[in-house]
Amino acid sequence: MQLIECPWCGPREEVEFHYGGQAHVPYPDAPAEVSDEEWAHYVFFRDNTKGRFAERWCHSAGCRRWFNAIRDTATYRFESVHRLDAPQPHATELARSRRSTAP
Amino acid sequence: MNPGPSHAPRTPGADLPEHPDFLWRDPEPKRSYDVVIVGGGGHGLATAHYLAKNHGITNVAVLEKGWLGGGNMARNTTIIRSNYLWDESSAIYEQSLKLWEGLEEDLGYPILFSQRGVLNLAHTLQDVRDSVRRVEANKLNGVDAEWLEPDEVRKVCPIVNTSTDIRYPVLGATYQPRAGIAKHDYVAWGFARRAHEAGIDLIQDCEVTGFATDGNRVTGVQTTRGTIAAGTVALCAAGHTSVLTDMLGIRVPVQSHPLQALVSELLEPVHPTVVMSNAVHVYVSQAHKGELVMGAGVDSYNGYGQRGAFHVIERQMAAAVELFPVFARAHLLRTWAGIVDTSPDASPIVGRTPYDNVYLNCGWGTGGFKATPGVGWALAHTIAHGEPHANVAPFTLDRFVTGALVDEHGAAAVAH
Ligand SMILES: Cc1cc2nc3c(=O)[nH]c(=O)nc-3n(C[C@H](O)[C@H](O)[C@H](O)COP(=O)(O)OP(=O)(O)OC[C@H]3O[C@@H](n4cnc5c(N)ncnc54)[C@H](O)[C@@H]3O)c2cc1C
Ligand SMILES: [Zn+2]
Repeated sequence: MQLIECPWCGPREEVEFHYGGQAHVPYPDAPAEVSDEEWAHYVFFRDNTKGRFAERWCHSAGCRRWFNAIRDTATYRFESVHRLDAPQPHATELARSRRSTAP
Repeated sequence: MNPGPSHAPRTPGADLPEHPDFLWRDPEPKRSYDVVIVGGGGHGLATAHYLAKNHGITNVAVLEKGWLGGGNMARNTTIIRSNYLWDESSAIYEQSLKLWEGLEEDLGYPILFSQRGVLNLAHTLQDVRDSVRRVEANKLNGVDAEWLEPDEVRKVCPIVNTSTDIRYPVLGATYQPRAGIAKHDYVAWGFARRAHEAGIDLIQDCEVTGFATDGNRVTGVQTTRGTIAAGTVALCAAGHTSVLTDMLGIRVPVQSHPLQALVSELLEPVHPTVVMSNAVHVYVSQAHKGELVMGAGVDSYNGYGQRGAFHVIERQMAAAVELFPVFARAHLLRTWAGIVDTSPDASPIVGRTPYDNVYLNCGWGTGGFKATPGVGWALAHTIAHGEPHANVAPFTLDRFVTGALVDEHGAAAVAH
């Protein structure tokens, strides 16, 4: 078990937290207008990065607030944690230059 | 102990018995193959075997970044069963179970397949209703299944605590007598040996690092041992699938998670069957040598580390001791983890991709060992004919767009 730094409460044991998956997944601007494919991608498809990953966590057995983190999915090391009202961390670096589905 | 004279250092292990003959050779990769299979786990090796055996296709390479069967194939808890809820699932898992029943003969190699049955326990009224429904669905699909009341559960497995005085009393169980376990590394070696005998190259220490493409086709794979041209490519990389599909620009809805398991020290035979419980999340059998083999649920976060957190093991053991009081004195010997590729509907994703000659096989998550012969059979057929085999046809990537999901969450008891 590792200690996870809640941005409000400080370091707490991993069991107090709940994982929320990939961070910064935008809800479609006009949900009624997106294609089935775009909707499927919003509902079912998430990045599955090996390495640095921007993700959401909730301090569910503590202050019960959500926050974002940059964590390495290969080493499990937390690099940084961010309150939701803070600017997106390393947004440009992390935003995957999403190649359109090839070919 | 004789450390030997200091001037003549002795080879470590020189006193051990001879290593057995290798079951496959370790070839240099050729420049080109008709079929390149990425991933030398159970699924890749079974696909290679059935390509040769059923379709006469032998100009094939299996590329493995580590050693053969060193991924989930050697890390799983080896539960084999076919009592899934939906027709699509029971078709492929039941065909796979039938292949298991003849596999030792087919491979000419011992795989210690033991049909000792599986109990899927029900602990709530909802569990009971779902379980009875699954039993009826199984019967309609020709899958052996029974609903057992608690006293019948006790007859099949006397060490399960069926008293009402526990936190999650056992209200009954589904029972599939033909289910069981096998020895996973022997299964990998058996497939590898047969594929090798057929002339297929099994290339270890060879990581695929990129793809050469030409429009809608992949022309070859870049590897740590050079570029290899490929007529067809099949991805059998389990937990690492996304790393490969990212290189191809294909988005696949899987998430990689650590999944842990553990064994106890060796014990006298105490546990005659396989017991799984969704509600308290434990599944346990006793291996041939005597160790209790238990699995946990996935660690919640995405992870590629082949290790997980100890609190998951601790909870898992607490649940096991509650259900099997006799385990309280057993000692934990070893824990480990694999990386499983979970999909949104807990069903696999097998078949075509946006590339004409690339086939996908992933999303088996926590339960793909039992499918090893079945998916190898179907994927080999798919590669040979360029069209999905009927057993994998429902498990397309585009079902997430069409909505034709095969939702086995919960319905299939616990997900292993
Ligand atoms: C703890 C645990 C318990 C489980 N219990 C059960 C169970 O009881 N019953 C059941 O049915 N299933 C179970 N499973 C699931 C099952 O193990 C998997 O679904 C199945 O093994 C996946 O297929 P595979 O054997 O081909 O995977 P793997 O053995 O993981 O094979 C994939 C291979 O691809 C290789 N690879 C990856 N990337 C590359 C690359 N770029 N280049 C070359 N090679 C690459 C990997 O090194 C690996 O060897 C369990 C899994 C775990 C981890
Ligand atoms: Zn907090």
